[in-house]
Amino acid sequence: MKYSYYPGCTLRTKAKDLDAYARVSAKALGFELEEIEEWQCCGGVYPLGSDEIASKLSSVRTLNAAKQKGQDLVTLCSACHHVIKRVNDDMRNVSDIRLKANNYMQLEEPYAGETQVLHFLEVLRDRVGFETLKEKVVNPLTGKKMGAYYGCLLLRPGKILEFDNPENPTIIEDFIRAIGGTPVVYPYRNECCGGYISLKEKEMAKNMCHKIVDSAEGFGAQMLITACPLCLYNLNKSAEGRLPVYYFTELLAEALGVKEEVEK
Amino acid sequence: MSTAKNHAETIKQISGVNPLKCMKCGKCSATCPSFNEMDIKPHQFVSYVQNGDIEALMESKSLWKCLSCFACVERCPRDVKPGKLIDAARQMVVREKDGDYLSPDEIPELLDPETPQQLLVSAFRRYRR
Repeated sequence: MKYSYYPGCTLRTKAKDLDAYARVSAKALGFELEEIEEWQCCGGVYPLGSDEIASKLSSVRTLNAAKQKGQDLVTLCSACHHVIKRVNDDMRNVSDIRLKANNYMQLEEPYAGETQVLHFLEVLRDRVGFETLKEKVVNPLTGKKMGAYYGCLLLRPGKILEFDNPENPTIIEDFIRAIGGTPVVYPYRNECCGGYISLKEKEMAKNMCHKIVDSAEGFGAQMLITACPLCLYNLNKSAEGRLPVYYFTELLAEALGVKEEVEK
Repeated sequence: MSTAKNHAETIKQISGVNPLKCMKCGKCSATCPSFNEMDIKPHQFVSYVQNGDIEALMESKSLWKCLSCFACVERCPRDVKPGKLIDAARQMVVREKDGDYLSPDEIPELLDPETPQQLLVSAFRRYRR
């Protein structure tokens, strides 16, 4: 199975690990990630204003590129996923945005939200299947108590993201079980790490990240796992390294026995 | 039309929100992770829009404390989306001349070796036009 793949700006720079471990894991699981050519940055945050058009066009270009290839579009970074999925929803359901965006784009055939956007975790759950993943694990991470950190971008708004139950998600816990670890459910797993606030309001980010780590530690987690480079940065920086934080793809590659294939 | 009336129309237009649907349960403020940092709280934000006092919102420091985490949007039982109102007020400020909350000159001293690109692009998009 071949998917179109959108890495995004940070996966080319500060979060190369998130990308590299995903690629070797995909290969081990028998699916291929075909990078969109000449992709552009998604902008990091979804432009909320109803009259914002130009700031959504980079996502429309990506979505249309996948449509042209007849492939589903796979994302990995929580922020890219959030932005592209929400723009796709606009193109599908908001006629004013669809019309204006297509007027800019001047495509041969207008784009109307045809592409299916999948987060890498959704590919594991809905296409590969966690049972199949479990069978392919050669190095189960037995005994490791892992706290899934969802944050906000993957889950909310639930009606658009349709990723999982936004208040009581299970996808990352199920993933943890599939790779042999022990999931730790704690109350703050879907609360915000502070996001972009950590640039100018470092104290605010600190408070939030310490609350998350207090909550996870209190329930016995030995590590946190995330899909988001900004969550990873904030939890490392603002919570001052109290708990190690890993990208889920690194643990996946380790469990599949392909971690060493990533060139350092 | 007066400026105040104009502003009230603009904020409704940008946000696409109908503040009259609010039943004042306060869940948005109860769930907001930035509540303590805000001078005008999320549930009050909605009331200010209902009353047409948009000037006060545009001067509020809450605009720069909102995380766009969508907790208030997800948990609102009336689908009012206070976070979209806050963003619309923020847009009204940054779309004006000299309305930016972040200047490129500030960036170097805010960086460290691990700062992800995602943080910079996100902040630029929220804080500037």
